Amino acid sequence: MTRTLGWFALAGLVAGLVMAFGIAPRELTQGNVQRIMYIHVPAVWVAYLAFLVACGASIAYLFTRRTDGDQLAHAAVEVGLVFLGLNIASGSIWGKPTWGTWWTWDARITSVSIVFLIYLGYLLLRQAVDDRERAARYAAVVAIIAAPNIFLVHQSVNWWRTLHQPASLLKAGGATMPAILWVGIVVNFIGFGLLAAYFVARRAALLHREAQAAG
Amino acid sequence: MNRRRKFLAGGAIIVAVLAYMIYAGVTQSAVYFVTPAELRATAVPGKAYRLGGMVVPGSLKWEARALDLSFTLSDGTATVPVRHKGTPPDLFAEGRGAVVEGSWTADGYFKAGLIMAKHSEEYKAPHDGTQAGYQELIKTLRGDGR
Repeated sequence: MTRTLGWFALAGLVAGLVMAFGIAPRELTQGNVQRIMYIHVPAVWVAYLAFLVACGASIAYLFTRRTDGDQLAHAAVEVGLVFLGLNIASGSIWGKPTWGTWWTWDARITSVSIVFLIYLGYLLLRQAVDDRERAARYAAVVAIIAAPNIFLVHQSVNWWRTLHQPASLLKAGGATMPAILWVGIVVNFIGFGLLAAYFVARRAALLHREAQAAG
Repeated sequence: MNRRRKFLAGGAIIVAVLAYMIYAGVTQSAVYFVTPAELRATAVPGKAYRLGGMVVPGSLKWEARALDLSFTLSDGTATVPVRHKGTPPDLFAEGRGAVVEGSWTADGYFKAGLIMAKHSEEYKAPHDGTQAGYQELIKTLRGDGR
């Protein structure tokens, strides 16, 4: 089952690469550097999704106290952090040639950094509390409190003056790019999403076995 | 003080600090840049500002040998002349948005140490956008593209 998911993820990633480098045309204003968008945007969507899964799983854990909810949340936060890191790194690389700077403290970059640190804090908290059951309980609270910040990150470009441009796709009024470009983003999102689901499934299974071994 | 209370107090402090960090971080970057009109209204010579606006068409002068860049930023109501030593980013051009870091000088211009280009959220395919970009990519790899 998980193995099949892995193969689907691989197929999705290959399709994403073909879209990004083969089918999507060179963007008119920015040239080839715009192709970073096919990593940058899907990565952050997958990270958002992973953190929402972590939030849902944490709520389920607090209600039922079934440990698989906690293990799913833990795995989802780890994978979400990887994809958010990928988003921040690719954004920085994209920023240098287009904006002229690797980093600037505008509302989008500041808020996304805070969210990154909050989820890093989630993992630190898990390490800091020795008792497994208590660690799970505290972590669940953090995962639930942290989730609404995703909305803040998304809205930051609309609420404040930023260097980062406003949203191109997840907004009212339709996409600000031709279909051939946004289809590339969607295909990559599906590929990244499948990969993330595969990672989460493998990691959650490993956490489950670790918990069993620890008794 | 029992354990439960200690945890509640500690938790409250952590939440408060986190809330303050988010508040301070965001309000600071909420005024990420001032507009030319705002700068004109409150400009203090020597003080550091981040200024954002549109590069006025026809105002851009670039001396490649001396790396002297000068242009005017506008927000539609006010304009500010800007000077900079160095190269601008690729997307910096007349009629496009830019954010510059530097200070207002007593001589009546804005001395910028960093030029950042603000690009729009619009992405366009070339006019023959239906044609695969593959050939385009090969062309740029050969070095005769952008």
